Order: sequence, then C-alpha cells, then structure tokens
Amino acid sequence: MKVAISATGDTVESSVDSRFGRCSFFAIFDTDTHNVKFITNTAAESSQGAGPAAVQLLAGNQVQQVVSGEFGMKVKPLLEQLSIKMLNLQNGQHTILDVLKQFK
Amino acid sequence: MNNKKPGFTIAVASGKGGTGKTFISTNLFNTLQKYSYKVTLVDCDAEEPNARQFTGGKKVSTKLVTQLVPVIDESKCVYCGKCFEYCTYNAIFFVKEARMIRVLDDLCHGCGACTVACEPYGAIHEKEDELGTVNHYEITPGVTVVEARTKVGVHSSVKVVKEAIRSAYDADVVVLDSPPGTSCPFIQTVASADFVVLVTEPTPFGMSDLKQSVETLRHMGKPCGVIVNRAGLGTNEVYDYLSSEQLPLLMNIPFDRSIARIYSEGNLLTEQDDGWQMQFNLMYNLITERYGISCNKW
Ligand code: SF4
Ligand code: SF4
Repeated sequence: MKVAISATGDTVESSVDSRFGRCSFFAIFDTDTHNVKFITNTAAESSQGAGPAAVQLLAGNQVQQVVSGEFGMKVKPLLEQLSIKMLNLQNGQHTILDVLKQFK
Repeated sequence: MNNKKPGFTIAVASGKGGTGKTFISTNLFNTLQKYSYKVTLVDCDAEEPNARQFTGGKKVSTKLVTQLVPVIDESKCVYCGKCFEYCTYNAIFFVKEARMIRVLDDLCHGCGACTVACEPYGAIHEKEDELGTVNHYEITPGVTVVEARTKVGVHSSVKVVKEAIRSAYDADVVVLDSPPGTSCPFIQTVASADFVVLVTEPTPFGMSDLKQSVETLRHMGKPCGVIVNRAGLGTNEVYDYLSSEQLPLLMNIPFDRSIARIYSEGNLLTEQDDGWQMQFNLMYNLITERYGISCNKW
C-alpha cells in the first residue's frame, strides 16, 4: 500500500506539513517495499483549489492513505470517494521519519 | 459645489461588520442627495444587504445574475481528461485511474472551455445557475440605491457585486457600501473606488482590523481616510496610529446614545440633524478636493 505524508521538505528529516493542499512536498511511502520517494506538490501554487488538485496528484500516484495535519471541507468528500484513508496528525512536531516508523 | 466630479466613487469599508459602515454610507448618501447631487448608493454587502432599511425607495427593477456551469454526463464521458486540461481554475476534478470526474462548482468561473474541450464526445452541456440579483430602487429621479443580493448558499458574491457596481452609471457620485473583511468581495468593491473611507472603533479589535485594511489598500494603491466611530470608547491608540501613518482622520463621531438610537430605529442622523449633514458634506468636499483631481474612471 502507498501512503502519502505532507512534508515541508524532501528528506525524511523534514517535518510533517500541517497543511494538506499547500504543503511543499509529499513523501510517498510504499509499505510493502519500504521505499520512500518525494514528489513536489504541484498543486501548492494554485491560487484556488489547491486541495482538490493535490488529491488528484496523489490519486494519480496510487496513494491509498494520506497523513496530514488537517483536511478541508472540499478535500474530505473527494478522498472518501476515492477510498483514500485520511489520518489526522494532531499538533506537535513530527518528522517524516517518525511517521514512517509507525508503518513498519 | 463647483468641485463636483462626474462619477466620483467612494467606498465605505470596515474590517469587520458592526462598526457603523452602513451608518456612514447611508448618511453620506442622504447628505449628498440633500446637496442636490445625482447620487447612487450601491450596497455591495451582498450576503446581508441592509442599506435600504435606512434609505427606503421604490423598486424599479430586478436583474437576475447567473453563471453558466458545466454538467458532465458520465454515460458519455470517455475519461480522456481533455476538459481537465482546458480548465485553468482547477474546477474539474479528474482521476483517470479511478474513472472519477466532477465539476467543483465553487471553483468554476463559467468560462466554457471544458464544453469546447469535450465537443468530440458531447459529454458536457452547460446549465444556468442563479448567483443572486441586482435590485434598483429609486428615491427621487437621479437618486438611486442599487442592492447586490447573493442567493443563499452561493459560495462567492464577487460576480453579483461586480454587476451591481457596473449598473451604477449616470450618477455624479457613487457611494459603495463594501462587504466586511478583506477578501475577494471587498477587493472587488474597493477596486472600483477613487477613495476609500475606513470606519473603525477605537478598540483593540477595531485597531487590528484597521491595520489590516490599510495594508490591503496600500498594496492596491488606493487612497484612504478614516472615520472613528463611537469615539471616546476604548483608547487613543487609533489616533497615534493615524498620525504615524499619515492617514487623514475624516470624522470623529462620539459615542452618543441618541445617535445610537436614531440608527437602531432605522433612521438617518443627517435627516434629523443639520449639523451632522453639514459635517458629512464637508468631509465629502475635503475628499474630492484632495483626491478627486486624479479621477479618470468611468
Ligand atoms: S473532455 Fe468530455 S469525455 Fe473527456 S474527460 Fe472531459 S467530460 Fe469526459
Ligand atoms: S467552465 Fe471553465 S472554469 Fe468552469 S469547469 Fe469548465 S473550464 Fe473550468
């Protein structure tokens, strides 16, 4: 299964970005192979509709679960429709590595 | 009155609701009417227009404001993604792998590009969606109130506000009662103005809203001045701010129960009090003298 985590940078030491649609990068982790790759969130620059555009980006990468700080009203129903699970990470500084460990 | 400028447009705005923005715009409107200007008040607070409760007037016309939105017939769609590529507003949600396609109505600008993109397949047709109405009221010939009213549940009032402002032609002076806040409808409104009157209260809340509005207006290069309403409440911080930022204090309206009562009863202060009428006119003259020269719009 592929898991996407919203990230502030493109290394596992970067922190989790609390914003879903406007994060800079997504870490995409494959729970079967334990490979992680970082993709640029091309949706972040959109003046409007960044959330839905980010959902499309992730769906195109066969992501089945997303970890982020919060999911907006526009984004939730779309993720649900696509059967992509949402995991809310409550406040606190987490690095991408911290999150990845949870999946191992 | 030799400083009359054709179509001079003043927006009356405040960061939040409840500072007396409508009180100012309706009294300015009433004063200008008394001084024989052809004046139009445009109520751009389209979610909750209320200026007419003070001005009255007879309804002369109502115009429906609509937008074309695309509707996708999924039985004809081949999931080619062409419409998605054509849309520059992120308003088409498309995931090829999941065969999922959706129009995101609140992002759609009704440009029609997706319908063109889909011509070979004919899966998209357009339907007309109501956004709201623009209502015209006449007080006396040449003195009118235009009301923008967004339909309940519509996400953005920008288009309705734009239509309302556009329909306020043929006046010497146009007064715009701006929507609260500093987001799109506010920007849309003040963008059409030659001068912006910011109404604030001398409280910490009022101050932070004022600063935000001033910043936004400076960014847009719009000249503005400030009215302190309910003066005497709160602190003097606002006056220090005005002088350090070199912002003109246009009027100081004291906190006064009798003024508050006139307003809460739906009446106009300038209708009942000649002194205030004169003050509003003086303010108008000052604004046009200083900022009316460069007026080159309409
Ligand atoms: S262009 Fe038409 S056929 Fe192609 S994805 Fe869009 S709606 Fe479907
Ligand atoms: S009408 Fe224009 S903005 Fe709306 S979905 Fe189609 S292409 Fe996008």
